[in-house]
Amino acid sequence: MATSYADPLVWGVILVIGVLTFAIRLSFIGLFGYLDEIPPRLERPLRYVPAAVLAALVLPAFVTLEASGLAADKLVAGGLAALVAWRTENVFATMAAGMGTLWLVRFLVLPAL
Amino acid sequence: MNRADFRRGVRDVAPLLLGVAPFGLVAGIAAANAGLDLTQAVGMSVIVFAGASQLAALDLIGRDAPLSVVVLTAVVINLRMLMYSASIAPYFRTFAARVKAGLAYLLTDQAYALSIASYRAEASVDRVAYYLGVAVTLWVVWQLTTAAGVLLGTGVPDAWGLEFAVPLVFLALLVPAMEDGPTTVAGLVGGTVAVAGAGLPLNLGLLVGASVGIVAGLLAERPMEVNATDGH
Repeated sequence: MATSYADPLVWGVILVIGVLTFAIRLSFIGLFGYLDEIPPRLERPLRYVPAAVLAALVLPAFVTLEASGLAADKLVAGGLAALVAWRTENVFATMAAGMGTLWLVRFLVLPAL
Repeated sequence: MNRADFRRGVRDVAPLLLGVAPFGLVAGIAAANAGLDLTQAVGMSVIVFAGASQLAALDLIGRDAPLSVVVLTAVVINLRMLMYSASIAPYFRTFAARVKAGLAYLLTDQAYALSIASYRAEASVDRVAYYLGVAVTLWVVWQLTTAAGVLLGTGVPDAWGLEFAVPLVFLALLVPAMEDGPTTVAGLVGGTVAVAGAGLPLNLGLLVGASVGIVAGLLAERPMEVNATDGH
């Protein structure tokens, strides 16, 4: 998993993301008076950014292929964590349920099958 | 600066730290897994200071994705802060440019949500003091937990799969983001397309999934709106 990018490239990418993120944050705060509100053409798609991006990050981590087929431990742990997230909307409870289930399935259930 | 309002900000953000601290730990662990050292990991937390984009970028950096894809992905994730910036801007309009820049750097989901609620409820609040109480506390906790995560992440065996904590954090943020019909459609479609596109070259699955999800949300607006108005 460790990157093969050299240190200067890692620093470079951090810096570019940092500058662009700061520009996003400053945008309306800095330009208020010139630009008072988000144009509707931009506002509508923006509403769907969090859900679409987060789901695109989450689902591929739960549904993953390994040499032996679908990774059962991640699928089961992800499913259970989703249930907890939906019922509690709590970051800590979701993490505890997901990691606990992952370890249970990976270290106890799968070896026993 | 009004000290009481600063302290009130600190007090209001305290319960949220229970969610931020593990998030920061995971960011540190993810940085260690991606091959970053302590300086780079904390450097990223200081320079970027936006957890979700940091985690996604670290995941891609660890997989040697093209750097343009890393940057684009992080920027797309942080686009939501345009909405916060626009929404909070009227409350900051009388401040000096330097103050505005400082407040903008500290803008996060939590700082936005708490401050806007406080400004709307009470016109007399010292806006800078309250905002800094919330935002500086978040900043300090974020840096400390990132550093702790790096130290922890390098000591735990790979078999424990600590990197699995990253999507779990996103999952906890995803559920409240799917707040109505169209946003739920955006999430379901975005996630499904990303799974189908997991094998795409350049690690483009995430960006393709997110883009298709956004379009799906927009397309779902109209029929769902009709249903909603029918009920009234």
